[in-house]
Amino acid sequence: MTGTADVTALAANAHGFLSPAGVEILFLLVGIVTLGAAVVTVTTKQLVHAALWLVAALGGLAVEYLLLTAEFIAWVQVLIYVGSVVVLLLFGLMLTKAPIGRSPDADSGNRWAALAVAVAAAAALVWVVVDAFRATWIDLDGAVQGSTKVSGESLFRYWVLPFEALSVLLLAALVGAIVLSRRDIDGGTKKQPGTTGKAGKADKGGKH
Amino acid sequence: MHLVYPAVLAALLFSVGLYGVLARRNAILVLMSVELMLNAVNLNLVAFDVWLRDTLHAGQALTLFTIAIAAAEIGIGLAIVLLVYRNRGTADVDRLRDLNEGEDAERYAADTDIPVDPARADGDRPNGPDKKAEAVA
Repeated sequence: MTGTADVTALAANAHGFLSPAGVEILFLLVGIVTLGAAVVTVTTKQLVHAALWLVAALGGLAVEYLLLTAEFIAWVQVLIYVGSVVVLLLFGLMLTKAPIGRSPDADSGNRWAALAVAVAAAAALVWVVVDAFRATWIDLDGAVQGSTKVSGESLFRYWVLPFEALSVLLLAALVGAIVLSRRDIDGGTKKQPGTTGKAGKADKGGKH
Repeated sequence: MHLVYPAVLAALLFSVGLYGVLARRNAILVLMSVELMLNAVNLNLVAFDVWLRDTLHAGQALTLFTIAIAAAEIGIGLAIVLLVYRNRGTADVDRLRDLNEGEDAERYAADTDIPVDPARADGDRPNGPDKKAEAVA
């Protein structure tokens, strides 16, 4: 059987458990599932189902990252997107009292124009990409490109300054989200008219 | 692996997200579609990083940065959507037409004093959607 020979050869290369053709086939299959989940995400009438199909699409993308030997990105994708972003979206759906069942007005009236724009963009992008990279192959053998060791070394050796700036950005964004979604700022100004209310309002305006 | 596979998948995911941004009415579904578009960009970055065997691993580092920025964006975006919902009683992007110009501008200006009156910003939610609904209808 060719599988065992391939596995041993690839194990000698410190690479995964699939043959190159197996990687390609699995990439195609997972890609089809991911694309289908994405299409259902943007077309379903049930809002909560859209969030759950988004989990399928993002998880499929994590598998694609694994197949491209970017392991660290894959697990970061699982942790941040599937773990927190989708939960945040579900919280948002819950807090805006989204209907649980089918909501017939989930799509706006200009969906046919949107479909035309999307199909035109897809045709143009796919044509350009296929034409440009028709004879290009990714060499997945050899050392793993995105293991935690490699990613950490490149991140903390060459990308330290953007990394730290990004942490400040995240902090600012979270503080901004808290300030935006606090209820007691307006309530405080209403309950205490006069100078304190004006001060609170000015404070709120400054923070925005 | 052929480079066309991840590139085409990323292009198609981007187009699906584009359709969702343009066609969805609920603001949270629009945010989901934006996430799809960002993920398509991430897939492109990872694929080209692996193809080029970049010594700096710029593609993967930028992918991590994009993921972090997407998390920040979704936090701010959801806070804004919740604020809009609290003030207007709806999260439909089609109904947020206060800056609309056209033949209905006078009619909108007559009954949409919600954003300029901070005292009403939190209290009477039921007035908001009714007035907006009749303004839309």
